[in-house]
Amino acid sequence: MFSGYIISVAIFVGIWVALALSLNILTGYAGQVSLGHAAFFGIGAYTSAILSLKYGFSFWVGLLGAIVITGLIGIVLGLPSLRVHHDFLVLATMGVNFVVVAVFKYVDFFGGAMGIIDLPAPSIFGYSFRGGLPYLLLVWAFVAFTWLVSWYVSKTWVGLAFHTVRIDEDAAAAVGVSVPRFKIYAFAISSALAGGAGCLYGHFIGSVFPDTFVFAESIVILSMVIFGGVGTLRGPILGAIILKAAPELLRFVQDYRFTIYGALLVLMMIFQPMGIIGDDSFLWRLLTRQRRNKEVKA
Amino acid sequence: MPFMQNLSNAVVLAGTYILMATGLTMVYGVLKVLHIAHAAVYTIGAFIGLLVFTWIGNFWLALAVAMLVSGIVGVLIYRSTYHYILDAPRTVPLIASIGMFVMLTDLLQKKFLMGPYPKSLPVGGAGLPRIETPWFSLTPKQLLILIVTTVLLSIVYLILTRTRIGLGWQAAAMDQDMAAAVGVNLNRVIALNFFLGSALAGAAGVLVGVYNNNVFAAMGDLPSYKAFIIIVLGGMGSLPGTIIASLLLALVENFLVAAVGYVLPRDAIAFSVLILMLMFRPHGLLGQE
Repeated sequence: MFSGYIISVAIFVGIWVALALSLNILTGYAGQVSLGHAAFFGIGAYTSAILSLKYGFSFWVGLLGAIVITGLIGIVLGLPSLRVHHDFLVLATMGVNFVVVAVFKYVDFFGGAMGIIDLPAPSIFGYSFRGGLPYLLLVWAFVAFTWLVSWYVSKTWVGLAFHTVRIDEDAAAAVGVSVPRFKIYAFAISSALAGGAGCLYGHFIGSVFPDTFVFAESIVILSMVIFGGVGTLRGPILGAIILKAAPELLRFVQDYRFTIYGALLVLMMIFQPMGIIGDDSFLWRLLTRQRRNKEVKA
Repeated sequence: MPFMQNLSNAVVLAGTYILMATGLTMVYGVLKVLHIAHAAVYTIGAFIGLLVFTWIGNFWLALAVAMLVSGIVGVLIYRSTYHYILDAPRTVPLIASIGMFVMLTDLLQKKFLMGPYPKSLPVGGAGLPRIETPWFSLTPKQLLILIVTTVLLSIVYLILTRTRIGLGWQAAAMDQDMAAAVGVNLNRVIALNFFLGSALAGAAGVLVGVYNNNVFAAMGDLPSYKAFIIIVLGGMGSLPGTIIASLLLALVENFLVAAVGYVLPRDAIAFSVLILMLMFRPHGLLGQE
């Protein structure tokens, strides 16, 4: 019914939707702009690769391990955010990305520049699946999980606390919100989810290489969040779908991928800093106008 | 390697860092924007230098044209992007700057511009002699970097301290609104700021291209990250701090890395230093609160 190619594209899109949603928790909700998200993506992929190949655990343990361990590392690497603010935090996260990739590349335990290959495919009751519809369902189940976490966070007091930290840290502290605690929460949740996405990526490709998780990939993930609409539940999904599917399906876009990502970031910042369907964006106002008009009449 | 030779090598290396970081410091000093696209300007400078040199064959002309074009590119980047978003939260111009950097670097890699492969820039020493002293020796290329750096920095220093518009720049760096209130033409000052800073970055690009006899599209990446380390070390927006921090980084690279060997590559160490610096001395070695 579906060709293998379309399924592969849909799997990739799913993994990047999960990445964009997870970065959105950190950047959109808690206001901590990070250019190091690919590092956590990579840590997840490497964790599960090492758990399954060196220690012989199953894929499912690997997935759980990737989520937990990446979350814990996220707490440690999030520590600079307690001292460093705004644009300098961006520099620090950029540095984190470089250091993590260098560790993958130059420490033998992580396989060096050749990476780790022959990752096993997940299996349930002896039925193994690599690629294909079952894996697609698994990936999108994880996307749904990520979305649910984002939704839950945005609807509870944690979301409110993130909101106050984003708007004004001093005011947040003044009304009793522990700013350091919630920044670390945001780093932990965000990186744990990125770790899960990394595990799904590694086991789909069947190998992990340090060069997949470089700074440029962090820019791509941030572009998706910002292009779609930072701080919303819908924006990062649309951003990731468009920016991931377009290069796969259109030849021209593939050749000029980074030119287009870069130009989009510049144009969005000048004209629509809230993203194409973010709150208060032109398109979103247009789309919701009818509904709002109805509400007014009723 | 003897101590004095290491020292003179470090000073030469610092020269290119200073040229690169001065522009960033000037932009940060006046606009409070971390100008990541500066790296693309550096690469454009090297590229223009290469074009003019292969076309005409005169190094000094190539350097001058490269600086002029880089300066204009810098002003264009400001007028097309930052100009509109200066009042937005500080991450907005930063993200725009990253976008600009990614876009320009990717475009430069295309076949109709620099192409994906490195190209050589065989200037040699531009006719300069080799300096031999009992303690250290300077190759013609090193001498070239020292002379160009010293001359350009002196010119920028004179412009910033002895001319009307330079005084305007100093005023704007202290307090933009106040400067505007006493009649400083902010648009002109900021344009000058970008022009001078970008011209210096272009010169740095040409010099490094000549020094390594190598010009390629991604050559700006590493120097620009190092330049950020330098402006953090130097205390954000302080020109003397930038010069001292450049020397310090070059010295550390030349002495420490050679002495210790490495577990991690140099750049990972440099970034670890940056992160620690941001955490424990966020205002730089010399900067004040």
